[in-house]
Amino acid sequence: MARQESKTQGINRRQFLATTARLSCAVALAGGGIAAVASSQQLGPQAIRPPGALAEQDFLSACVRCGLCVEACPYDTLKLARWFEEAPTGTPWFEARKVPCEMCDDIPCIKACPSGALEQELTDIDQAKMGIAVLIDEKNCLNFKGLRCDVCYRVCPLIDNAITLERSRNERSGHHAMFIPVVNPDTCTGCGKCEHACVLDEAAIKVLPPHIAMGKTADHDTYIDTENTTLDMLNKGFEL
Amino acid sequence: MSTAKVEKARFADDAIRELGWWKAHRFLLLRRASQLGLLALFAIGPLWGLWLLKGNLSSSLLLDTIPMADPLVTLQLLTSGHVPEASLLIGAAIIGLFYALMGGRVFCSWVCPVNMVTDLAAYLRRRFALPRTPELPRQLRYFMLALVLLLPVLTGVAAWEWLNPVPVLYRAVLFGAGAGLGLLVAIFLADLLIVERMWCSHLCPSGALFALLGKLSPVKMTAVNAKDCNNCMDCFVVCPERQVLKPALKGQSPIITDSDCTQCGRCIDVCAKRVFQYKNRFTFQDNPLQKSPRIAKKAENEQ
Ligand code: SF4
Ligand code: SF4
Ligand code: SF4
Ligand code: SF4
Ligand code: SF4
Repeated sequence: MARQESKTQGINRRQFLATTARLSCAVALAGGGIAAVASSQQLGPQAIRPPGALAEQDFLSACVRCGLCVEACPYDTLKLARWFEEAPTGTPWFEARKVPCEMCDDIPCIKACPSGALEQELTDIDQAKMGIAVLIDEKNCLNFKGLRCDVCYRVCPLIDNAITLERSRNERSGHHAMFIPVVNPDTCTGCGKCEHACVLDEAAIKVLPPHIAMGKTADHDTYIDTENTTLDMLNKGFEL
Repeated sequence: MSTAKVEKARFADDAIRELGWWKAHRFLLLRRASQLGLLALFAIGPLWGLWLLKGNLSSSLLLDTIPMADPLVTLQLLTSGHVPEASLLIGAAIIGLFYALMGGRVFCSWVCPVNMVTDLAAYLRRRFALPRTPELPRQLRYFMLALVLLLPVLTGVAAWEWLNPVPVLYRAVLFGAGAGLGLLVAIFLADLLIVERMWCSHLCPSGALFALLGKLSPVKMTAVNAKDCNNCMDCFVVCPERQVLKPALKGQSPIITDSDCTQCGRCIDVCAKRVFQYKNRFTFQDNPLQKSPRIAKKAENEQ
């Protein structure tokens, strides 16, 4: 190889360059493959990241997949993804339906994270945004059937804040009330206790990652902030 | 590897007769104890709640105070543009410094669990005298290293960590991520059937990085008694990086300076003539020249 005697140096330099070129091509090909597979690995629609997790792309460049958050979690909520599970290999996630996050006050998972993939700035677990609960199936939800199940409402750590029961008229019987669980996306932490507790075989309320749960208005839409827009129009002397 | 030309019954018989079986496997056994012991230290945490070491080889915490981190994954975070917490950087510096002092690829032979898999493949190759296959260029691993550090720049994610078998094996044991074990079977089969020592000696970017880290390390394998060498070639048979032996056995200095040497000590084990020793390269000056031209000839033929 490159370390041989001088009499064959000419040949060796040529060989060396040829080998280098070949290696570069081979490695570039391999790299393309690895990059393609690695970036095709996406978070499943119900795979929830630990509290404080950066946005998914940033999270994937930050997490060293050490499992320190997993080991710090006292409720065995978190686990490291295996190959071809809902999350890219080795990254921490949880399934709310199996084991939800108990919203520890001291957030040990964040404290344990050495890489900054979980943001140290998050110190109040009530501010976490692991996901957002969505009452996804109004057909089978027992409260929609006029019963008083309320289980999701009652297990919520932020009861009457992240989730409320809104009373409305039961059109089916005509003279009963329905108590409809309504999630407030601004305060729901995505802990998943509601999904975990739902008594149906398949939960009617599900925690989804914010990017799936939430819509997004277009930037040019003025009705984002109706109050100011109206004020603006009036100040400019909007003619009626 | 063809041992046919050597007129003797079995590989390392001389050493076993001369030193006894235990001594002829001393460093092999110590290394296995070290590799499995470290894995056990990590595993007793999740198993029995004895948290001496938390995490895994990618990043860990010793006794809840001292951070340690894998330099390769840390470099990947940095090239992806993410600035990690200070504890990760300190951890990577601690590990980097440790291997710079102890001899970089000492990680490979004394810590890395994949080494057990590839050593097994090499043992079976030897045992069943499988024919030598065409070699891959050994510098391939440095291209792999460059690739691994370049991918985060291009994709924004630490892409190699999807595949890296070193943490995959640890995660499989510590976090029950069993599917990754398929990767180790693939490495085993590649080593056994495609190219001898394919993974560790040709491809692994972790090994490449540790080799670079160990360039200046004071701890080196040394052919102190090269003059006693009887040309049995057992060290060449057993060494995972046999190209490093030739310069030391024939060259100006008996010190194996090539940082590809994994400091595994198997060459000490299998040598009946006690040619090799671990030495501090800066205090070891007493045998400046012990040419052994016969070795040179033989080594040249074997390469
Ligand atoms: S907040 Fe507590 S329960 Fe929730 S993931 Fe973190 S450690 Fe686990
Ligand atoms: S502790 Fe941080 S870096 Fe480690 S696996 Fe959890 S999120 Fe990733
Ligand atoms: S996920 Fe459910 S239980 Fe948790 S905060 Fe949101 S509404 Fe409450
Ligand atoms: S070359 Fe790589 S896989 Fe092999 S022992 Fe070294 S670090 Fe482990
Ligand atoms: S020279 Fe000796 S210590 Fe170095 S890799 Fe080869 S057998 Fe192991």
